[in-house]
Amino acid sequence: MIGDGALSLEPIVVGVVLAMAVVTYATKTGGLWLLNRIEASERLEAALSVLPGAIVIAVLGPELAAGGPAEWGAGVLVVAVMWRTESILLALCTGVVSVVALRAVV
Amino acid sequence: MENETETNASDGDAAGDATELSEPTDGAEPVTFSWRGIRAGLVTCVPIAFGVAGYGVAFGVLANQVGLSVAEAALMSALVVAGASQIVAVELWADPIPIAAIVVTTFAINLRYSLMGAALQPWFKRLSASKAYGSLFFMADENWALTMRDFRAGNRRGAFLLGSGIAIWTFWVASTVVGALAGETIGDPAEYGVDFVLAAVFLALAAELWEGRSSLAPWMASLGTAVIAAEALPGRWYILLGGLAAAVVEVIRHDR
Repeated sequence: MIGDGALSLEPIVVGVVLAMAVVTYATKTGGLWLLNRIEASERLEAALSVLPGAIVIAVLGPELAAGGPAEWGAGVLVVAVMWRTESILLALCTGVVSVVALRAVV
Repeated sequence: MENETETNASDGDAAGDATELSEPTDGAEPVTFSWRGIRAGLVTCVPIAFGVAGYGVAFGVLANQVGLSVAEAALMSALVVAGASQIVAVELWADPIPIAAIVVTTFAINLRYSLMGAALQPWFKRLSASKAYGSLFFMADENWALTMRDFRAGNRRGAFLLGSGIAIWTFWVASTVVGALAGETIGDPAEYGVDFVLAAVFLALAAELWEGRSSLAPWMASLGTAVIAAEALPGRWYILLGGLAAAVVEVIRHDR
């Protein structure tokens, strides 16, 4: 499987990859497709309005819970830099640099 | 729905039009779809795509180890474009290939994208079907987050998701090839802090999405549900459940 095999494409593997691609595309488009077809009630709009923040928090919660003092410290710095500067790039760099530094110390 | 004008104004925004409504109202100016939008997304996303490339290398290495060829790994990255599900898929990989398990797991892990796509609807409903659904092919966690941020800042660049997605896609596929070629010689991405990029992007976004006290109840519902569900359930169901919990809390509050 090494060397000459680098460019090989086994039909069964390609088939599985295509199936994965189809179900993934269905998930990416499904939400928009559904919302474009049903009349969104006021309640549904209220529910949708909190989704962006709620999804962000749902991704973050377990991620940070699994981390340690280094990740938490870097996380606080990211939020602080974001609030002060509103630059996502600066916040990002601060986070990555400080997490590496804190991991070396803690 | 909440009146978001005031809270949004206090958020401020880099473009300087902080008084703009974050939710588009009927009769608002149309959402554009232009080269400038693509370019803005691309440029904004390149630094973050470097972080994504760290995962791409890791995925390539894993794919190589379970016997996928470089071409097969690259094909998966190019067509599926969903990192977490791809990494889990190659972890499930065996001989013979457990096709049903891989496809079902991929679907379960990626179901969160339906909620993310739904969150884009207020803006994407103004785009033609081919533009909206074409752009969604390139949607990943990171560029969804950047796009929401751009829309909520009052910009109406419908091509932002596509542009930022192209940056992600390019780095993702290229880094997959690098990882698959390099095999075992690559070290741990955690060494370079790359594993923290996603968390940092989402933390920065959370700082921006905070709308004051009205955010507290739904966010706490989401946080509690997600942390518990991540312990109790496999895969990434916790993201979906956290989002749903927050939506339920908000609907209850709306009904009161």
